[in-house]
Amino acid sequence: MAMMPGELEDVEIRLLLEGLQQVYGYDFRDYADASIKRRLTQWLAESAFATFSQAQSQLLREPELFVSLLQGITVNVTEMFRDPSFFRALREQVVPFLKTYPFVKIWHAGCASGEEAYSMAILLNEEGMAGRYRMYATDIDEAVLQKATEGVMPITEMQRYTRNYQKSGGTASFADYYTARYDRAILSPSLKKDIVFAPHNLVADAEFGEMNMVLCRNVMIYFKPTLKERCLRLFDNSLLAGGFLCLGLKETLERRKMGDRYDEVAPGSRIYRKRYG
Amino acid sequence: MARRGRFQAVVIGVSSGGVQALKRLLGQLPADFPLPILIVQHISPDAGNGMAKLLDQLCAIRVKEADEQERVLPATVYLAPPNYHLLVERDGLLALSADAPVSFARPSVDVLFESAAAVFGAGLIGIILTGANYDGSRGVQRIKAHGGVVVVQDPADAETPQMPLAALAATTADHVVALADMAALLQRLAGGTAAPRRQGEASDA
Ligand SMILES: C[S@@+](CC[C@H](N)C(=O)[O-])C[C@H]1O[C@@H](n2cnc3c(N)ncnc32)[C@H](O)[C@@H]1O
Repeated sequence: MAMMPGELEDVEIRLLLEGLQQVYGYDFRDYADASIKRRLTQWLAESAFATFSQAQSQLLREPELFVSLLQGITVNVTEMFRDPSFFRALREQVVPFLKTYPFVKIWHAGCASGEEAYSMAILLNEEGMAGRYRMYATDIDEAVLQKATEGVMPITEMQRYTRNYQKSGGTASFADYYTARYDRAILSPSLKKDIVFAPHNLVADAEFGEMNMVLCRNVMIYFKPTLKERCLRLFDNSLLAGGFLCLGLKETLERRKMGDRYDEVAPGSRIYRKRYG
Repeated sequence: MARRGRFQAVVIGVSSGGVQALKRLLGQLPADFPLPILIVQHISPDAGNGMAKLLDQLCAIRVKEADEQERVLPATVYLAPPNYHLLVERDGLLALSADAPVSFARPSVDVLFESAAAVFGAGLIGIILTGANYDGSRGVQRIKAHGGVVVVQDPADAETPQMPLAALAATTADHVVALADMAALLQRLAGGTAAPRRQGEASDA
């Protein structure tokens, strides 16, 4: 019995992901299938190939073509002060604890082009913590990390970011944090100096030690439950007791193995504090 | 998922005028409606989950905001959360995505319909209600291509007719009905062609 066209495409995608894993070491087999299928299909529609089977031969032989596919798979949508209520909760309920340490280490896993890390730098500097923190901002996608390092954004976004910043409880003038140059906004160097951008793949790479805070927002929603568990273990191993784990607004530790060792700082904030002992 | 009758799920797309339309449609469904219902309503990114709570209070059927990696159950309505796309995984779990808006919308009707069509195939009922854009018209095409059933609110009956009109231009709907008749139609579809409900019966795919 012949397969429906959609089912055939599912088979092709499985074969392709298997091949990519073996040839390039990037493993997307445990990504949630609906989103990755959507992204792959979009890449295929914009490519010269009619089917994934056709594309596969070249994808496995030509690294540049694979890189273009990788860009299609990683979708780095982000914004500054995304979910202002989250940043407000950070400012009001978490920073007071962070201030009690002489120095804090923070890991942003899946930082995309850095907007979230830069937002955090603004917040910490305003709260008097400048020079007392180091941020490790990581992503699987090296091209987007290059962008993050540059810290340059379209000027057209600044209005929205200013609104987010104000809603999040920002205390200064947002315009002081960037210089407008034609159609770009160049972030102030003072925001960059305590952030290290580095590649890190949550599927395969090891934990970062002794963190006071780990943020991984809107990354694990694209993972199947097994991979999500792996990431949460990674974060748990990275966090000091009393440290904070920050998830996206629609992600929770409920029904998770490690959930009973964490307390949510405020209901719905998706900021979890690791218990002592 | 238990597969009893032909249909396994209902998806609904609605935009402006959605609150009233959903109140009326869902309000007429019984608490034990046999299928899960997944809904994308265009809504402001920071709207909160008030809509799901309101509808849950007003309707006999259970209404909730969709959680990530949640298993869909019959007799339950899942609303896409503001600022996230809602999708269905092959194993029947719900998934959320923060990908860019599609046709200016996040959540997008097309994103839900296309993923649901791939999973439920001929077992899917897709409904387009009132709205001022064309989101959902690719989605209904996909549902038809996978053998599912498309229901469109009669544009003359819709508070804002663009979305129903766009859907009707994109595909041949199986049913074009007024909102007042839609709950009865759904009940008939969901119960009507169903095989007798016996445990352990083979599916009819
Ligand atoms: C939707 S963005 C989230 C950005 C930011 N955290 C936010 O919430 O605004 C998801 C990011 O996760 C990254 N990503 C996807 N898979 C990854 C993996 N296996 N390891 C690390 N990062 C990954 C993508 O490259 C992308 O930049």
